[in-house]
Amino acid sequence: MISISNLHAKVEDKPILKGLNLDIKPGEIHAIMGPNGAGKSTLGNVLAGRDGYEVTAGSATLNGKDILALEAEERAREGLFLAFQYPVEIPGVSNLEFLKASVDAIRAHQGKEPLDSVSFLKKAREKIKAVNLDQSFLKRGVNEGFSGGEKKRNELMQMMMLEPSLCILDETDSGLDIDALQVVAHGVNAMRDPNRSFIIVTHYQRLLDYIVPDYVHVLADGKIVKSGGKELALELEEKGYSWLESEA
Amino acid sequence: MATVFQDQQLQRVNGTHAPDWLQPIRAQGSAAFAAAPWPTRKTEAWKYCSLKTLAGDSYHADIPPITAANNKDLAAAATIAGLDSYQLVLVNGQIHPELSSALALEQVVLFENANTDQQAAIAEQLANARQQSNHHLFNDLNDAVLNSGVLVTIGRNSQLDKPLQICSINTGAESAYSVNSRVLVVLETNAELTLIEQFASVSAHDDNSFTNNQTDIQIGDNARLTHYRLNRMQSASAFIGSSRIDLQRDAHYQAFHLGLGSALTRNDLVVNHNIGGSHSEISGVYVPQGSQLVDFHTCIEHAAAHCTSNEVFRGIINDQAKAVFNGRIHIHKDAQKTLAELSNKNLLLTNKAEIDTKPELEIYADDVKCAHGATVAQLDDKARFYLQSRGISEQDAQVMLSFGFINELLDALPHPVIGDWLRPLLAQRFGRAPAFTTEQVEALS
Ligand SMILES: Nc1ncnc2c1ncn2[C@@H]1O[C@H](COP(=O)(O)OP(=O)(O)OP(=O)(O)O)[C@@H](O)[C@H]1O
Ligand SMILES: [Mg+2]
Repeated sequence: MISISNLHAKVEDKPILKGLNLDIKPGEIHAIMGPNGAGKSTLGNVLAGRDGYEVTAGSATLNGKDILALEAEERAREGLFLAFQYPVEIPGVSNLEFLKASVDAIRAHQGKEPLDSVSFLKKAREKIKAVNLDQSFLKRGVNEGFSGGEKKRNELMQMMMLEPSLCILDETDSGLDIDALQVVAHGVNAMRDPNRSFIIVTHYQRLLDYIVPDYVHVLADGKIVKSGGKELALELEEKGYSWLESEA
Repeated sequence: MATVFQDQQLQRVNGTHAPDWLQPIRAQGSAAFAAAPWPTRKTEAWKYCSLKTLAGDSYHADIPPITAANNKDLAAAATIAGLDSYQLVLVNGQIHPELSSALALEQVVLFENANTDQQAAIAEQLANARQQSNHHLFNDLNDAVLNSGVLVTIGRNSQLDKPLQICSINTGAESAYSVNSRVLVVLETNAELTLIEQFASVSAHDDNSFTNNQTDIQIGDNARLTHYRLNRMQSASAFIGSSRIDLQRDAHYQAFHLGLGSALTRNDLVVNHNIGGSHSEISGVYVPQGSQLVDFHTCIEHAAAHCTSNEVFRGIINDQAKAVFNGRIHIHKDAQKTLAELSNKNLLLTNKAEIDTKPELEIYADDVKCAHGATVAQLDDKARFYLQSRGISEQDAQVMLSFGFINELLDALPHPVIGDWLRPLLAQRFGRAPAFTTEQVEALS
């Protein structure tokens, strides 16, 4: 699915990613944990193609394609989806119109006609219900005035609409109450598929009780410093991250 | 020395018949207009607003007659989908009786039908209007050729059960012509009204008319007016308009302006907070394109204590179009405890597009809160990336965000149906028709 090799990236001339390697096969779920400022969100942003993140070495291929050479929108059309840690509010741009444009752009890339408005609305109603948001959220501006938890659910709703092949969830569980956490977990589990992979960035082991990962990695100082199975998350919860630094 | 335009307009004065009781005001207007120096780049109020459109064309042809043939088009132009209103439709400045349900209202009187008392009331208002601070030569011209107009009076403690729409529609003609438009509105104590003024075009030809509008409004103690002024004439037409509002104690004024853009669209807005406790809230959107020019001059006068005003205008200027925004706030010596806010933001879509935005603050009271900002805005990079990260192209993202920039103000309109009606009209301007109908969106609740 995605293969990241020796990835180095700078933000405002400051090196953040310092030789990151990660290989994810179709159908796998990888959790990434790690201290604040380690570079987890930077990894997501670099993969999604945000301006201002300069890749200085290394490579990343999605289904065999060099995605680092693509524009952000092309990466999305190739099946990459980033659920943002801090989704932006865009007042004046209707959530509904935005989603429709997004779905149609991705369909066009797949050689499909735009979805007719009736089928689109049916699907949108279904997905918004699945994340436990009221339909009226579709009428509002993109994330406009949404609470932290509502924004996260809206990210998940977009993911369900777009059906990407690689989903990167950057702290989608942070700031959620236990019910919302289950909504997120349920959403991800329902989307689990042999042809879809997930990178789940989280600080909390509890999410991994609901979404059981195939691998857990620790990202510290711009590199993966330790990888293991789901039991690694429990160990991290208990011991924190400092023992890894002394080990490294 | 008077210009050709002035001479020709003065000839119109002689060519129009008017009742005797209007003669004194016409004479005053004529004299002032004939003597007025033609604005140039050195005239402060017109510095960035070139009047070459007017100077270059004569605008003195006869007003084209209304033909029954285009009744359907006229009705369509005047209709705001989903809004039930009383309508007064003027075509080329003349009342179109079949389309004017408002003629049946006792609250609406045409100057030509006014009884003696009403004539006196109109004359008094016309005389007062000549004393307004921002009076300019086109106001003189309006008085000079005055032979008809509309007086709307909403009596003490009363209201109309529906909004009143005054729609001026001009049709194109072989030769350019002028239309005079005059509206007087009086809201007595505790009265309430929603007034929609529209200026539109219907024509196979280019609409080559020049509209000179003036709307003078008195809002009495504790009365409330919601006011829309929508300029959506065709590209070739010229429009100069003034709306002047006097607010009495605890009066409330809310307004929305649209300047879609034309060869010349100039709007002067004056709001006078004369007595304590009054509140005004004004928003506006302008979107000139091609080589259009839109100019808004707004002036908020705070002459009394404890009044508040809030003004937000946003513009998107495309191609080699030009917009001017001059926002003046004048807080007089006795206007303590005033709260006045003004924000003007502009997006330039090309490097040939032009905006001249100028804040003007004059404050003579010491205990006031006043915020004033005028900017050329950038689209938000974070928002653009968010859209792109969902597969939307950079160009489409730009269009969506630009539209969103003005749509925010449509979303906030006190009459959502007017927002719903304007949204597709404006979205088309940005090459993006909405994907969903209003009914589909409304069904999501
Ligand atoms: N746009 C930016 N400008 C400057 N510094 C940045 C920028 N983005 C990230 N950084 C820096 O890069 C480092 C890594 O940040 P990043 O957001 O990737 O950390 P993180 O692992 O996601 O942390 P957290 O767990 O707190 O979300 C931090 O030191 C951060 O300050
Ligand atoms: Mg982060």
